[in-house]
Amino acid sequence: MKSALRSGLVLFLLLSLLTGAAYPGLVTLVARVAFPHRANGSLILRDGHVQGSRLIGQPFRDARYFWGRPSATTPTPYNALSSGGSNLGPTNPAQDKAVKARLAELHAAHPDARIPVPVDLVTASASGLDPHISPAAAQYQVPRVARARGLAEERVLQLVRACTEGRTLGLLGEPRVNLLRLNLTLDNTERDATFGVPHAGK
Amino acid sequence: MAATSKSRRLFDSSLVRQALAGSFRKLDPRRQVRNPVMFTVFVGSLLTSCLGIESLLFGGHESAGFVLSISAWLWFTLIFANFAEALAEGRGKAQADTLRKMKRDVEAKRLDAPDRNSACRTMLASQLRKGDVVLVETGDLVPADGEVIEGVASVDESAITGESAPVIRESGGDRSSVTGGTRVLSDWLIVRVSTNPGEAFLDRMIALVEGAKRQKTPNEIALDILLAALTIVFLVACTTLLPFSKYSVQTAGQGHPITISVVVALLVCLIPTTIGGLLSAIGIAGMDRMIRSNVIATSGRAVEAAGDVDVLLLDKTGTITLGNRQAVEFIPAPGVDLDALVDVAQLASLADETPEGRSIVVLAKEKYGLRGRNVHELGATFVPFSAQTRLSGVQLDGREIRKGETEAVEAFVRQHGGQTASEVRRAAEEIAKRGGTPLVVAEGGNALGVVHLKDIVKGGIKERFVQLRRMGIKTVMITGDNPLTAAAIAAEAGVDDFLAQATPEAKLKMIRSYQAEGRLVAMTGDGTNDSPALAQADVAVAMNSGTQAAKEAGNMVDLDSNPTKLIEIVEIGKQLLMTRGALTTFSLANDVAKYFAVIPAAFASTYPVLGRLNVMRLTTPESAVMSAVIFNALIIVMLIPLALRGVSYRPVGAERLLRDHMLVYGLGGLFTPFIGIKVVDLFLFAVGLT
Amino acid sequence: MSTNACLQLSLYLVVLLACVKPLGAYMARVYQGRPFVLDRVLGWLERSLYRLAGVNDQAEMTWRQYATAVLVFNGIGFLALYALLRLQGFLPLNPQKFGAVRPDLAFNTSVSFVTNTNWQSYGGESSLSYLSQMLGLGVQNFVSAATGMSVLVALIRGLARRSSETIGNFWVDLTRSVLYILLPLSLVLALVLVSQGVVQNFRPYERASLIDSSGAEANTVAEQTLPMGPAASQIAIKQLGTNGGGFFNANSSHPYENPTPLSNFLQMLAILLIPAALCHTFGVMAGDTRQGRAILAAMLAVFVPLALGTVVAEQAGTSILAKNGISQRASSSSPGGNMEGKETRFGITDSALWACATTAASNGCVNSMHDSFTPLGGLIPLWLMQLGEVVFGGMGSGLYGMLMFVVVAVFVAGLMVGRTPEYLGKKIEVYEMKMASLIILIPPLLVLIGTAVAVSGPGLAARDRDTGTVAALSNTPGAHGFTEILYTYSSTGNNNGSAFSGLSTDVPFYNLTLAVAMLAARFWLIIPILAVAGSLARKKSAPQSAGTLPTHTPLFVGLLVCVVLLVGALTFVPALALGPIVEQLQMTSH
Repeated sequence: MKSALRSGLVLFLLLSLLTGAAYPGLVTLVARVAFPHRANGSLILRDGHVQGSRLIGQPFRDARYFWGRPSATTPTPYNALSSGGSNLGPTNPAQDKAVKARLAELHAAHPDARIPVPVDLVTASASGLDPHISPAAAQYQVPRVARARGLAEERVLQLVRACTEGRTLGLLGEPRVNLLRLNLTLDNTERDATFGVPHAGK
Repeated sequence: MAATSKSRRLFDSSLVRQALAGSFRKLDPRRQVRNPVMFTVFVGSLLTSCLGIESLLFGGHESAGFVLSISAWLWFTLIFANFAEALAEGRGKAQADTLRKMKRDVEAKRLDAPDRNSACRTMLASQLRKGDVVLVETGDLVPADGEVIEGVASVDESAITGESAPVIRESGGDRSSVTGGTRVLSDWLIVRVSTNPGEAFLDRMIALVEGAKRQKTPNEIALDILLAALTIVFLVACTTLLPFSKYSVQTAGQGHPITISVVVALLVCLIPTTIGGLLSAIGIAGMDRMIRSNVIATSGRAVEAAGDVDVLLLDKTGTITLGNRQAVEFIPAPGVDLDALVDVAQLASLADETPEGRSIVVLAKEKYGLRGRNVHELGATFVPFSAQTRLSGVQLDGREIRKGETEAVEAFVRQHGGQTASEVRRAAEEIAKRGGTPLVVAEGGNALGVVHLKDIVKGGIKERFVQLRRMGIKTVMITGDNPLTAAAIAAEAGVDDFLAQATPEAKLKMIRSYQAEGRLVAMTGDGTNDSPALAQADVAVAMNSGTQAAKEAGNMVDLDSNPTKLIEIVEIGKQLLMTRGALTTFSLANDVAKYFAVIPAAFASTYPVLGRLNVMRLTTPESAVMSAVIFNALIIVMLIPLALRGVSYRPVGAERLLRDHMLVYGLGGLFTPFIGIKVVDLFLFAVGLT
Repeated sequence: MSTNACLQLSLYLVVLLACVKPLGAYMARVYQGRPFVLDRVLGWLERSLYRLAGVNDQAEMTWRQYATAVLVFNGIGFLALYALLRLQGFLPLNPQKFGAVRPDLAFNTSVSFVTNTNWQSYGGESSLSYLSQMLGLGVQNFVSAATGMSVLVALIRGLARRSSETIGNFWVDLTRSVLYILLPLSLVLALVLVSQGVVQNFRPYERASLIDSSGAEANTVAEQTLPMGPAASQIAIKQLGTNGGGFFNANSSHPYENPTPLSNFLQMLAILLIPAALCHTFGVMAGDTRQGRAILAAMLAVFVPLALGTVVAEQAGTSILAKNGISQRASSSSPGGNMEGKETRFGITDSALWACATTAASNGCVNSMHDSFTPLGGLIPLWLMQLGEVVFGGMGSGLYGMLMFVVVAVFVAGLMVGRTPEYLGKKIEVYEMKMASLIILIPPLLVLIGTAVAVSGPGLAARDRDTGTVAALSNTPGAHGFTEILYTYSSTGNNNGSAFSGLSTDVPFYNLTLAVAMLAARFWLIIPILAVAGSLARKKSAPQSAGTLPTHTPLFVGLLVCVVLLVGALTFVPALALGPIVEQLQMTSH
């Protein structure tokens, strides 16, 4: 028992150093060299300012932007310090209420929508930080965005298609549109500038 | 005894009456607490009875009639289980009574010294102690189990074995033990008592068949643990339904929580009452089957171990081959007429009463049409076999006719100035090589030829060994023969292995080496020199005709002294386990249907939507619960015959057995209750009870 | 169900099964002390660890010594982690200046990680410093997994050895698990994950000004704070070690933890990788690879239909969405189905498959919110845990739990063929049955009793720490609220760690009772397992014959599956009837 205590204690300390310090340290070092941009959060920089992360969704409320999925983070939507979903169950009246409210808002903002409301626009994402919407959800918003920005719908649709990613290997995941990329592209298009995916981390 | 018990019907009316009475007596909580599954039912029955009386007196939202009928059927469940046990015990008791009749206290003639002429005192047999010496004379009952130390007598052992022919008991050798309660028919014996009162063979046998001293076997205990664990799981699964349903009522805002009586009903339906209630009946019935095949096991453990046997050690003589060699062929020497050889061989054997001798006469008659002659009418004198000459034969009108082993006859021929032809010697060697025994026949200085004596393998034994192999049991033949002969017979009989020129030491060594490999070894034995091996073997069957030492060393005694019995014992052991396994599977598979019956009913008031799970379309929630409880009770009764008779055993591989039993008892257990519960529900509806 | 779902599941299974043999064989070499490549590279490190700790790596332990070592080591681990969480405010690597974790939460979290459960009552990005994550949780991710693997290996030795008093050396098994299996695999996976976008740094949280700054109304903000930290290294081991504690609160649905479908696929693979491969390790060490294959087959036979069932249920969607006229049909431009609590990049299929993988294994990290699943879609992950975490299950613990079900199956089968049951030549007797029953009994009791206590009152409402008002802990009325509590105890009582997060469990009642459930489910099982290992090791081994029941055939696999499902179903059907089953019926009958 006594020798077990000693062996246990020493081994615990040594393994802690190995797995709790050496290992994450090594991974960080290699990552910094090999994938500096990604290891640091795939940040989007504009004019030296961090505009967000390519991977983390942001709230968009303005009519000129494509809107993202409902976010259930507290206290405000897309709060990256408190990721999480709504955790509302499938028969929860609160869920019914939330869906109805979202629908009403969407219907009001998209009087000229040509397709039914896609499911991802009325359901909160798991992380509350979902950076993507489905291609259908983007398509649904095209008329509004085009009108707000004074662009031809065809032009906006073109941009949407350009920002749409397919399934990995044609198999994994779902087709999706990165909202930050799409909205920044829109902004840049308006400024007649081209948008490139930033590569320099910092 | 054997004859009566074999013919006993399963539901003999007097046995049923006794068992019915017994099933009420067994409601004693001190007895019930030994079986965790049935004790749970017992507590549930008490609880629902109280609840029923309470609602009868004070009312409640459950009708008193409903609670009381649940309670009644729970009591029936208990009584049915008790009935099964009582019936199994009753069958044993009936046999014990027959045995006990033999145990009248007889007078014994105790001798002061082991000498017929020493002083003799008459005393009651029950006062005899181990080591006492008694005299038993013609017409006396043997007062106690013991060892013959002097005398030869014929003894009637029919009371024990059911065999009416008297047997010889004599001092020394392998026929020296006598059993208390048997009767000496002729002559006298001096017997050294080997047991104290109450420990005699008969006493042990009575205790065993009555099930009074039945100890649980290891497998039974293991099963008990599994059943207890399941009972605990169901106990918790059911009692937690009380808070669960209370919460559900609150949150759904309708209905009322599940009642305790329904919780108890569900619990009793779910816990493995079928196997729990029949478990001890199965065990007792297994012992009973053993006894009915005239085998007395000293413990249930031994019966169970029999089912696990991997290696069977079988004596060649009597088990694999007919006890005796038989003549199958005459081979004349060159220049000798076959008929002449047959004639002389027959003459040599006429007075020979050994089975070998008789078989020569028979062969001569059947194959060569030579009729039997009377030695005395011929005026011949019989020369019996002696250890010096190693020959036997006749003297007839100056003709000296002899038969015997090759060397002995060669010596005889040389003595009479003759010479044995080399062809004769070669023929003899050839026979030996093929596993036979050559007997050379000579007249004076002429070796006339050879008689081929052969071990005759019992009919059907080869098929038996094939079955055993399929069961995964290896057979080993034990023989005193030389390896050559042994190998030939082993091949003919189809055993897996053999031990030739076996000595007690060699047997013991062989058993140990098998056991070291992790195998379970079974053997039969009768002689005193078998005792070490019997003691070492995992399943050791002593012949009842054998010595006391052998019987003490073994853990089973075969009253018929039939060496092939071992195979039957293995089957009974397997049957015992299989019956338990089959009923356990059946019992658990039953639960699925019971959930479908009870769950929608139990929560009908809170969540009417659960009624969609009522796939049996049972009439009302009450009738659904009642039907499940009634089915659960009745199935015990319906399975009593299976429990007592045992699942029939077929010698097929384990994989095949498992598949068949899973189909019958697993799938069968899954679907039977759906039908059964529905039928009970329809019946309740028809008689207007719902 | 869509072709894509079938193809994804097939691809997943093919890749998983392709890894089983090489990895399983490799692990067998590690535990048997046979030479392999890595020990030549890292052998010096291993030997110096032993030297410093005063461990004689040649000395074997009896089961009691082994159990003592397990308990001592885990006790030390618990104390260290608790201290770390309480003292993190005074320690370095805390750029966000988080204070001490509350005592009940620190207790719950320490137990949770030591028991390989990784139940999260804490929010990673809002309460734990980088040091606590790495040196506390990260370390336990490794050593709790290694503990499970060691115990399994001890049990396998018990089955494989004959007439032996000892079952190996815990210190050696532990060290080798970490050094040669977990560390190398984690290193590779962590770097691949970084390449997909998982963060790995020690920087303070990043502040970003929002792109859409237009809506500067009262209730919106113009800034977003992006959490950072050494996540990739943590996530690699959390998946490989069936731990599941997320670096961030949203766990594997967080884009920084699981940014792409590929990272999702690899993490899902990592979840089942070692538990599946250990089946082969078992086969190799037991000297009969068919036995390992049979158990793997039994696991797959339960897993595959349940996974497909979840996909179907989630794709079918919910009545609320249907009632509001929202199309839940899948198309090339919309995932359809019940997307509440799911990420767009994963859609229905990846979320449902993950939910089954994470609950089949005792991993518990989620890439979608199980609480928002359809009743049936939620029932399946719930039931996968209730089966006792034996379908793949935890590191080592899944297989040793499954082996106890094998003991029961062998026992019943043995009776049915008329022989004293034996497994791998070892007779299953009273002692083994006692222990196996205990092991199978404990988790259901923890789950049912825990749930019963909680729904009787203490788990329904609690006083808010800040406002002092009493509030309901569940966000849901009705049968679903019951399911949430049942799920909570099913998860902790089986050391899974996933949650129906609509129930707020960061209150003293849950923190304490759940910690008790986690401790009991872990160590009350480990001790009897080691006792069985000791008992089996002492036995002789009976040779095979035609009368021996083969335990590698489809028939036996079928029986094993039946036993697992029957025990799981019979125990939990009444409770499930009052939760997800009634909710599903209610949902579909409207």
